Amino acid sequence: MLDIKNLHAAVEGNAILKGINLTVKPGEVHAIMGPNGSGKSSLASVLAGRESYEVTDGSVDFLGKDLLDMSPEVRAREGLFLAFQYPVEIPGVSNINFLKTAVNEIRAYHGEPPMQAKAFLDMLKSKQKLMEFDANLMNRSLNEGFSGGEKKRNDIFQMAMLEPKLAIMDETDSGLDIDALRIVSAGVNKLRSKDNAFVIITHYQRLLEYIVPDFVHVLYNGRIVKSGTKELALELEEKGYDWLKEDIRLEEPVQ
Amino acid sequence: MSAEQDILQELAGREYEFGFETQIEMDIAPPGLNEDIIRFISAKKQEPEWLLEWRLKGYQLFQKLTMPNWQNFDLPEVDFQGVSYYAAPKNKVKYNSLDEVDPELLRTFEKLGIPLEEQKMLSGVAVDAVFDSISVATTFKAQLHELGIIFCSFGEAVQEHPELVKKYLGTVVPQSDNIYAALNSAVFSDGSFVYIPKGVRCPMELSTYFRINAKNTGQFERTLIIADESSYVSYLEGCTAPMRDENQLHAAVVELIALDNAEIKYSTVQNWYPGDKDGKGGIYNFVTKRGICKGKNSKISWTQVETGSAITWKYPGVILQGDNSIGEFYSVAVTANKQVADTGTKMVHIGKNTKSRIISKGISAGHGHNTYRGLVKVGPNAANARNFTQCDSLLIGDRCGAHTFPYIESKNNTAMVEHEATTSKIGEDQVFYLNQRGIDNEQAVNMIVNGYAKEVLNQLPMEFAVEAQKLLSITLEGSVG
Repeated sequence: MLDIKNLHAAVEGNAILKGINLTVKPGEVHAIMGPNGSGKSSLASVLAGRESYEVTDGSVDFLGKDLLDMSPEVRAREGLFLAFQYPVEIPGVSNINFLKTAVNEIRAYHGEPPMQAKAFLDMLKSKQKLMEFDANLMNRSLNEGFSGGEKKRNDIFQMAMLEPKLAIMDETDSGLDIDALRIVSAGVNKLRSKDNAFVIITHYQRLLEYIVPDFVHVLYNGRIVKSGTKELALELEEKGYDWLKEDIRLEEPVQ
Repeated sequence: MSAEQDILQELAGREYEFGFETQIEMDIAPPGLNEDIIRFISAKKQEPEWLLEWRLKGYQLFQKLTMPNWQNFDLPEVDFQGVSYYAAPKNKVKYNSLDEVDPELLRTFEKLGIPLEEQKMLSGVAVDAVFDSISVATTFKAQLHELGIIFCSFGEAVQEHPELVKKYLGTVVPQSDNIYAALNSAVFSDGSFVYIPKGVRCPMELSTYFRINAKNTGQFERTLIIADESSYVSYLEGCTAPMRDENQLHAAVVELIALDNAEIKYSTVQNWYPGDKDGKGGIYNFVTKRGICKGKNSKISWTQVETGSAITWKYPGVILQGDNSIGEFYSVAVTANKQVADTGTKMVHIGKNTKSRIISKGISAGHGHNTYRGLVKVGPNAANARNFTQCDSLLIGDRCGAHTFPYIESKNNTAMVEHEATTSKIGEDQVFYLNQRGIDNEQAVNMIVNGYAKEVLNQLPMEFAVEAQKLLSITLEGSVG
């Protein structure tokens, strides 16, 4: 589904990603962990096509197409979804209208007619139930005046509505209390299928207790320095990242 | 950043939808401004002597008054002698029925989305269609007449209801108010006249559609709306003009009078030709609009969506004379390319317990400049006057400007005047967020702008809110990446 090869990216000339290799297959959940500033969120931004990031080398294949060649909205329409670390507020734009526009844009891209109002509302209702999303939030302006946790939940609700093939969750767990974390995780688990995949970026092993990953990768200094199964997350929780840094320093050629 | 600039470039390519010209034989007065022309206009309209005198007095004032110098833009030199002050489809001063109207004219309005055959119209809207200097048709007149409502062209009102015209004309905007108001009172062409009798709630939206067509002319319409005691009316004006390289002048005067317990809601969707990307051509929209809440508990509400014109220069205001009266001003002004808007309102509190509310949303894109200028004046007897002003500016791109000049004068220490202002840029983060959900730049900007302007758009009559939203989209087409 997703094949990242030797991906290098920079912001304002500063190299941030320095050769990422990662393959994600349908049905898989990958967790990406790593200390602050290692490039986790940058990877999410580059994949989603944020303009301030410049790809300097490497390739990304998404469902057989060149992802890096697509504009952000086309990536979204092809089925890539980013749950934001900091979802923004858009005053005056109703959550429902926004979702309807997004759903219909994606449908139009795939040559499907716009959804009828009734069908859309039915879908809205069933997903709202599925994700345990507050109906009041749905009727408000997009994220306007939402708490941090509500914004994150709104993002996950959008994910349920848009049914992406690949969802990247950028520190969705940060700022969530334990109840919200449980609800969000349960929602994600309900959305998991053999046809879609998740890349979960997180600092903490806690989230991975709820959403059990197939693979765990450690990102450090712009590269994936260690990959393993969910046990790796536990090891990191126990030992921190310093032991890895030591290993890497020994491996790295002297500059 | 670079994509933003690309789209800014694209902005140049945006189309003005209503830029066509109607080919029709016209009676056009020779260019020039003098007493003879004024007599000519008055004679064409078969006006009574008192009105001619009034026009001539306006002309005298015009000659004495000087151009203002406080506006926040370079005032272009307007050659008043180079303009023709009267243009009308040939051989007709007045149409008695639609059958008499040249089909070409009917097609023109149909093309503008204003069919004049009643069965084709939006059922809840009566329209007065003004083409250059004269009114072409007024719909639903008979139906309104049954309720005692007068809705007709200004010219017709002069003939049929001279006592009302004489009583109220120039009482809200005196001829000496400013040089353009004086000019208008000398040469005004057609416009609309509305009278709502006591206790009547007008059952439909009244609307006037102004079309400038002829070259080298100006439009100088005059609108007078009187809401008698305990009556209600909602009125809307729309306007367009062909695309031309030279500038054309639009200097209108609108006067609203609300008596005891009456309410007038006046909405404008202004879409005059804005000129091209280099600022060539376009309408100078220099308009004086004012209402008076003459009676107690009366209310006047202005809503304007200003998307067109090369320069928009106007301050629809309310004189709050009656105790407990309410004045409101809701405005969205968009300037793209090289457009300029210097607009806002005047709220003059005279009576006790008077309230005013001002919501202004400026949107600047391209090289556009948007100025909010407002005056809140509280007189010595206006005990417990209240004003709330919120004045927001939204910038799209980095070559446009937003300016705010709020003035407050209070002579009563029980008054409460609040002013809030914000300036923001359309955030790349907001656009990216919407992109990431499959929405392209264009539509993302539309959503953000419409969301921003929602509080004002919500004030428009429903039939027009949708139109206004579309208009905002067209005006800002391609303005952000």
